Amino acid sequence: MTGGRAIILGRIREALRNNPAPRPHTSHSQSEAAADHNGHAQREWLPKVGETLPERIDLFAKISEGLTTEFHKVPTIGAARELLAKLATESGWKKIGSHSHHDTDALLEGIGLPVVRTEKGYAIDDLESCEAGVTGCEVLVAQTGGIMVSVESAGGRALSVLPPHHVVIARTSQMVPDLTAAFEHVKQKYGKQFPSFLSFITGPSRTGDIERILVLGAHGPKRLTVILLD
Amino acid sequence: MATQSADFQTLSRRYTADKGFRAFIQKGMSGYYKKRDQNKSNFQDWQGARDLAAEIKYEAVNHLDKYLLEFEEKITARGAKVFWAQNAEAARDYILKVAKENNVRSIIKSKTMTSEEIHLNDALEKQGFGVFESDLGEYIVQLRKEAPFHLVFPAMHLTRRQISDLFQKELGSEATDEPEKLTMIARDVMRQKYCEADMGISGTNFAVAETGMISITENEGNARLTTSLPRIHVALLGIEKVLPKLEDLSLFLPMLATAGAGQTMTCYNTMYAGPRQPGEPDGPEQMHIVLLDNRRTELLADAEQRDSLGCIRCGACLNVCPIFKNVGGYSYGTTYGGPIGSVITPHLRGLKDWKHLSAASSLCGACTEACPVKIDLHHHLLQNRRNGAKASPSAAEKVAFGGFSLMMGHPALYRFAVIFGRVFQPLQSLVNGTILDPLRAWTGSRKFPTLAPQSFHQQWKKDRGGKK
Repeated sequence: MTGGRAIILGRIREALRNNPAPRPHTSHSQSEAAADHNGHAQREWLPKVGETLPERIDLFAKISEGLTTEFHKVPTIGAARELLAKLATESGWKKIGSHSHHDTDALLEGIGLPVVRTEKGYAIDDLESCEAGVTGCEVLVAQTGGIMVSVESAGGRALSVLPPHHVVIARTSQMVPDLTAAFEHVKQKYGKQFPSFLSFITGPSRTGDIERILVLGAHGPKRLTVILLD
Repeated sequence: MATQSADFQTLSRRYTADKGFRAFIQKGMSGYYKKRDQNKSNFQDWQGARDLAAEIKYEAVNHLDKYLLEFEEKITARGAKVFWAQNAEAARDYILKVAKENNVRSIIKSKTMTSEEIHLNDALEKQGFGVFESDLGEYIVQLRKEAPFHLVFPAMHLTRRQISDLFQKELGSEATDEPEKLTMIARDVMRQKYCEADMGISGTNFAVAETGMISITENEGNARLTTSLPRIHVALLGIEKVLPKLEDLSLFLPMLATAGAGQTMTCYNTMYAGPRQPGEPDGPEQMHIVLLDNRRTELLADAEQRDSLGCIRCGACLNVCPIFKNVGGYSYGTTYGGPIGSVITPHLRGLKDWKHLSAASSLCGACTEACPVKIDLHHHLLQNRRNGAKASPSAAEKVAFGGFSLMMGHPALYRFAVIFGRVFQPLQSLVNGTILDPLRAWTGSRKFPTLAPQSFHQQWKKDRGGKK
């Protein structure tokens, strides 16, 4: 089936050539910013982020609270394991989904539950029946309380959204100020070989579709836990 | 009178008369206003952010060919197929062809207004495909065989009671008045559907030329599941949605969330660069991008209103519009309702049948002020009124304004008209608003103001005459 590529492009070019549009009513400095925008111009307008790492961690914690993300800063991997074991017992987990990765492997050591690992492929039903998904991440974003995940850092596309409880492990070195810094991180790390999936997760899944009343766990996780390793 | 215009009058009258309904919509919006304002105030400068967003969209829309080609090249290199659809039919036919060639049986969809625009569900169902809307609000209106009421909040017109009754009837679930329980019923139904579906259809909020990605904004996680589990992903994409650079998203994602839902960021903002790549554990084997024109190029050719292609479909203009809040989403009879719908529909579907929508505005400008990309909405409504009058001038209006202009230019005529008016007003009041009243379009719901016994001219002469 041939599409209308040539026709559509022709129409676009004709429309733009024949009818130049007036510039939007904005200030001069804005026009310059847009002309050579490198992604830094917006930092002037977007919400403020602290200068130092502790400030950024505090901001992330504060926003997490509003989002009902359960945020825990722990001093050692041992403390992180204890926390995970407590979550597993309290919530009665029987099976966990995860992926092989330096931090997730360390976290799951000695958990004593069957683990479905996704990085080499998995059966959907097997993952769907897990009570929790434990993943790493690319970065944490202080400005928005977000977690950036990718295929590589979170075991594919589904692991961080299919099980009803998503647990993320991150290190303080992974805290970045804003979305622009997160994009710079992936550009640096992957060059042009981006993973096919990158996502900012900002709080547990939610909906307000019934009378605009907030309900958590619409289709994705009802609970989101972030464990930050100091 | 065109039927679209008559339908608008009938429906808007019905909804406006329903005070309970209006109060329900207002109540639904009240939480949004509060959260939106809180989030705006977190910005160092919301107005500066709007300026920059408008500039970036100006750059993108005015070099649309360049950025679309860059996007196509990059995402094709990642293994996606790009199909350029001139109109709704071409888009539907392509998606049907992909479904048939791949022996698809079950299709899951995440929210996409573009698919409403091309009436995709009907076409798929007619060919025997099971199609399921996974967004909760969309699922509810699909079960009711209705269109979405609002761009962002499709089922905001329904009470929990109505939804509970619907689920009881259609899904055999138990009655409940808890939104949480209702949400969980839909969650359980959809879990099954995600696992069974062969094809996932999504919309697209932004396309990124630089990296060949599409970006999808959502809260529920349904779009992520729709694009993760089925073996084929089809993404619908209006040609105007392309942005030059990846970093542009760091401005647009928070702005869309703030303007659209009063959130800092929505729960999931996901960038897809092609189907599953070698070595990746999951994701679709095929990814198809359907680039839709469907007369967007007509809007592009109108330099005066070209900025309306910058629309990010946040719905902020609907949420503040005094007309939308009173007549509701269904009165418009369009895919895109509210101020932005009234601006673009005459371009997308013909001025003749849709010019009446430009009168569905008080021209208060609340929409323009709310727009995160600074589309000059209320002036565009005025321009559409002008275009409509130019295309099909009304003889009565011509005579009326000709007469008015003549009268105002000749003081003697003016004085005569005042006397004439005073004599005939008592006669008019006998028939005010009835079928015999020539002014009934105006007086049907209003009282004609009584002319003062003495004109200003006369009073001035009497009281101030001779004084300096």
